[in-house]
Amino acid sequence: MQPKLSVQNSHKQLLTDSESERQTIKVGKVPNENGVAKRWFRLVFRSIKAHPIPHIIGISAGNVFSLVVVGFTIVLGRVTDRVIIPGLDEGGVEGRTILGGFVAIVIVGLLRGFSVMLRRFFNFTAVEKTKQTWRLGIIDRLLDAPRAHYWSRSTGELLARVDTDVETATSVLMPLAFSVSVISLILVSLISLLIIHPLFFVVALLLFPVLALLQRFFVRAVETPARKAQALIGEVSEIAHESLDGIMVVKTIGRQQQELDRLNEKSQLLREERLKIGWHRAVFSPLLYHLPNLGILVLLMVGALLVDNGAATVGETVQSMALFMILTLPVQILGFMFQEMPRSVVAMDRIDEIFSIDTVQYAEEGKVEKPVDVIFDKVGFSYPTENEDHLEQTVLENFSEKIIEGESVALVGSTGSGKSTLVMLMSGLIEPTSGNITLGNANVSELGPDFVSSHIATVFQETFLFALSLRENLTLGENVSDPDIYSALKIASAYDFVSELPHGIETIVGERGVTLSGGQRQRIAIARALLRKPSVLVLDDSTSAVDPKVEAEILQNIKTKTNCSLLVIAHRLATIRLAERVIFIDDGKVSASGSHDELLKIDDYANLVSAYEDIKL
Amino acid sequence: MTFLDGHDAIGKEFETETKELEGIEEVGALKVLKRGLRASPELRAGISLTALMALAVAGGKLLVPLTIKEVLDRGITTNGVNVNSVLFFSFIAMFLSIASMALGRATYYRLAKTAENVLMGLRIRTFEHLHKLSIADHVEARKGAYTARVTSDVETLTQFAQWGAIAWIINSIQILAVLVIMIVYSWHLSIVTLLVHAPLFPVLRWMQRRQLRAHDRVRSRVSDTLSVVSESIQGVDVVRSYGYRQKTRSKLHHAIGDQYKEQMVAQKYFSFVLPITDIIGVAAIASVVGAGVYWGPDWGVTSGELIAFVFLSNLLVMPISELGEVLTQTQTALAGWWKVLEVLDKDIEVKEPDQGLTLPDTPLDIKVEAIDFSYRTGGLVLDNVDIHIPAGISVAVVGETGSGKTTFAKLLTRLADPTNGRILINGEDLREIDSDHRHKSIRMVPQDGFLFDTSVIENVRFGRNDAQRSEAEEAISDLGLWPWINQLPEGLETRVGERGEALSVGERQLVALARAQVANPGLLILDEATSAIDPETEQMLEATLERLAQGRTTVSVAHRISTAERADLILVFDKGKIVEKGKHPNLVNLDGIYSKLYESWIGNTREV
Repeated sequence: MQPKLSVQNSHKQLLTDSESERQTIKVGKVPNENGVAKRWFRLVFRSIKAHPIPHIIGISAGNVFSLVVVGFTIVLGRVTDRVIIPGLDEGGVEGRTILGGFVAIVIVGLLRGFSVMLRRFFNFTAVEKTKQTWRLGIIDRLLDAPRAHYWSRSTGELLARVDTDVETATSVLMPLAFSVSVISLILVSLISLLIIHPLFFVVALLLFPVLALLQRFFVRAVETPARKAQALIGEVSEIAHESLDGIMVVKTIGRQQQELDRLNEKSQLLREERLKIGWHRAVFSPLLYHLPNLGILVLLMVGALLVDNGAATVGETVQSMALFMILTLPVQILGFMFQEMPRSVVAMDRIDEIFSIDTVQYAEEGKVEKPVDVIFDKVGFSYPTENEDHLEQTVLENFSEKIIEGESVALVGSTGSGKSTLVMLMSGLIEPTSGNITLGNANVSELGPDFVSSHIATVFQETFLFALSLRENLTLGENVSDPDIYSALKIASAYDFVSELPHGIETIVGERGVTLSGGQRQRIAIARALLRKPSVLVLDDSTSAVDPKVEAEILQNIKTKTNCSLLVIAHRLATIRLAERVIFIDDGKVSASGSHDELLKIDDYANLVSAYEDIKL
Repeated sequence: MTFLDGHDAIGKEFETETKELEGIEEVGALKVLKRGLRASPELRAGISLTALMALAVAGGKLLVPLTIKEVLDRGITTNGVNVNSVLFFSFIAMFLSIASMALGRATYYRLAKTAENVLMGLRIRTFEHLHKLSIADHVEARKGAYTARVTSDVETLTQFAQWGAIAWIINSIQILAVLVIMIVYSWHLSIVTLLVHAPLFPVLRWMQRRQLRAHDRVRSRVSDTLSVVSESIQGVDVVRSYGYRQKTRSKLHHAIGDQYKEQMVAQKYFSFVLPITDIIGVAAIASVVGAGVYWGPDWGVTSGELIAFVFLSNLLVMPISELGEVLTQTQTALAGWWKVLEVLDKDIEVKEPDQGLTLPDTPLDIKVEAIDFSYRTGGLVLDNVDIHIPAGISVAVVGETGSGKTTFAKLLTRLADPTNGRILINGEDLREIDSDHRHKSIRMVPQDGFLFDTSVIENVRFGRNDAQRSEAEEAISDLGLWPWINQLPEGLETRVGERGEALSVGERQLVALARAQVANPGLLILDEATSAIDPETEQMLEATLERLAQGRTTVSVAHRISTAERADLILVFDKGKIVEKGKHPNLVNLDGIYSKLYESWIGNTREV
């Protein structure tokens, strides 16, 4: 339900005019370096605050893991000194000692395994709970957000918030416990190396910062091509989507080659950016792997010298080398976390956009008094826009009218005259920018759509049915008896085709079920509205796909079998004639009001309806 | 009985087609690999050199354990430290390490390049193939699935290529190399290692299967959640104005909650089963140490070898662990690859002729000779249709929904070929006509007015591949569309949005008609729109159509009273056959199907 062409899209045009601008908008703001770390901390803190226990257990288990890992190298060192070397080089050891060594290693190994399990389980729990919390938060906001927020964002965008953005934002939390444990691992290792011998400590001290710097360089180097690649993937998607969506047109105008060329061009660019990333990875990965190796070799040399001097044992040398060996993977995980930071932080910003929406608060109570008249009192409405110039499109101006209880009124006006806007105002979906609308003395926009829904039922121009059974679509979860459902269907002239469906009202409609024709959908929508037993029934061009004869039937049924007031917006002369009174709306104002025949005397009106006459079916 | 209903009531027939597209299920990994290799020649290019390089890289990782062994055996012995020996070995190892770094860079880049080439090739070839498939394959229900092949499925493969594929290659070679060295050092200890690792394989296999199923269930929950969210966004007005908000909220909460639960079930494998790899690795080290010291002297194991063995075991555990973690990603990637390959294997039904015939620029004569048509799944849509349409006349095709009239129109443009019979254009079989000529001379303006996301004038220019902007402007003049263009916000440059959504349905038709005018076809086929068009545009459309129809043969799938009334020939379709034909005054008096249709048409609309 978007407002017509002009304003909304002319602003889109301003935005899409230059290619590069378009890219920036698609990909999001580029976060500056300092901002990223700070925002990352906040992200982590929010998650911990929301679910402290799993986080704490996970991180603790991670630290136990670090201690055990270091412990493992110590055990290995001791075993080398007391079991291996004596056993093989010095003539043998007792079986008991060998068994002792074996058991020691196994125990430490088991401890290591269990601490990993705990760490992973609780970290995962913390992350999944965070995702759940944020998802719930987002949809709650969306459900209560002012209607305007739906105009400025496409369904795809909002879905991305709930799904991809939450995943991206939390991806940086996955290695959290492990990363924290890596930090403590590095600290404990450094300390134990220091204890063994200061020289080992020095080698380590030289190595780790170099590794950290390399990670940083890598992340910086791939940032730009990664962003460009991301944008290009989006463009490739768009081309593929558009091309296949309009496949029939592409075929009929023979545009296959051009479409192929379009995709080819972007795919080439994508490949180039990816290769840039591949190149950097090719440079850094071997470096990140082999530098610790060089470190180990240095340790070996240093160790040999120390053993020669009696300052260290072979076992201690083995222990140090084992530590180095173990540290390479963890450092890479740390690197991964740094890499994910910018993306996660940007995703979190997008989620916060939703969290910062001010939800609408409606009045607590209201009472609809008799007579249930709908009164429009100097109603004005202008569409909000996102442009800095604060251009607004005025759709309704000083609209004052009245629909008396039980009346049937037709609303006639040319396209863009404000009819559909009026419909949305009536049901409280949007608020008038000036004036007010009352229903039996209750202010509609103050009370909100939930309240109004029990009095006014609207059948919108575009039929929307849920991918559920017809029954559920009709009753929307309310407790309605079958006879009531059938009588509503009969009034809407839908009973016949529904009973011919394989499962009657239990038939499921939508993607996974039966596809109904346009006219059938409209009739179901009318039945759905009737089941609300409203005081006012609004039909916004809701019988356009229905046969004129059937339409007349339906309207007659409504008039005779219900006692709702009826507001009909139609483009068919026949429909207009069925109403008692016509309101002619022009340029957002009431131009005239009276019976159809009376209004025919007005030139504008007569011209408009004669155009309706020639309309094809 | 009405032909106002815009869509055919499509039943469940398309449901099965989508399922067929999704089922990879138990297809073996090898089968996918074989087919994938066939489909992507880029994979095979220089594969032997790449393998050698990867081997050398894996070798580089073994330097440390090897050096340790040598140093401990020869350099640091009970007799004291031979410093020179230690330094000698260490420096050689360092040098080789650096060489390995450089080689590693070249290897990784080579792998990355191959991967990117394969992916790009796949994406483009799949896209091309999809465009070649006949219109029968491009059903609404499949469109999303097809787009996914070219986009997200290739992306899944990309992520796999960047990590998983490389992991497989490097890790497998590493495991092999380590095993070889181990055997060289001490085959006794190697057997011990293998024995201890043996339970790992059944465990991992068991895990992989369960994990895959759990993963699938998670994905279902995710798509469930997204459907519910998507519905509540698109149906926001209904949700709010029908008091459905609370129930929608709890539906959403449930969906998200279910997703969480399923995710927690799936993660058990990652959290509790995978660490077993670690534990087994350590058990292997313990066993090696135990056995090595106990039986070492008998087996001829030196202390250097034993310690090296410990480090080698580590080099064995890490790749096995990594492969364990990569299993799920591999399965997903294979599934995605399979789906893409399936598309490439689909038959192209409408084969274009190599040396096609040409068509003149004049109005075309059509002879339809006893054609039948049915879609791949489903019954006879057209049944022995036989008609001659002389050049230059205007034909209106009418009938109820499902009568076959739209399919008839589609066959005239060769969007599909008849299953029996043939269509002659100016005496030549439609199938023999060169595709470029056909696109120019036979033009269909479809119902839905699909436009490309660019300006109005660009869309019009698409009418013919070599059309100039001036020709597009001329077409607009010829059709008398300037008054309408001038009231658009940016005139000719107005962007029409995705699918043309910035314009109304009627306005999109105007652009489509101008596009057809640029092509100047000898045969124009018009599938009239059935959805509501605002009356102002409606009048403009009728006028435009009249002008467009001049000087060519026109076949309209009619939804306007005026189209049928004005046509030189009306064809009435019913259940796939032409049951009545002639001009309006004659048919109306026949008291047959046409007259009934006309009656309900005229119904309450006209003021008589």
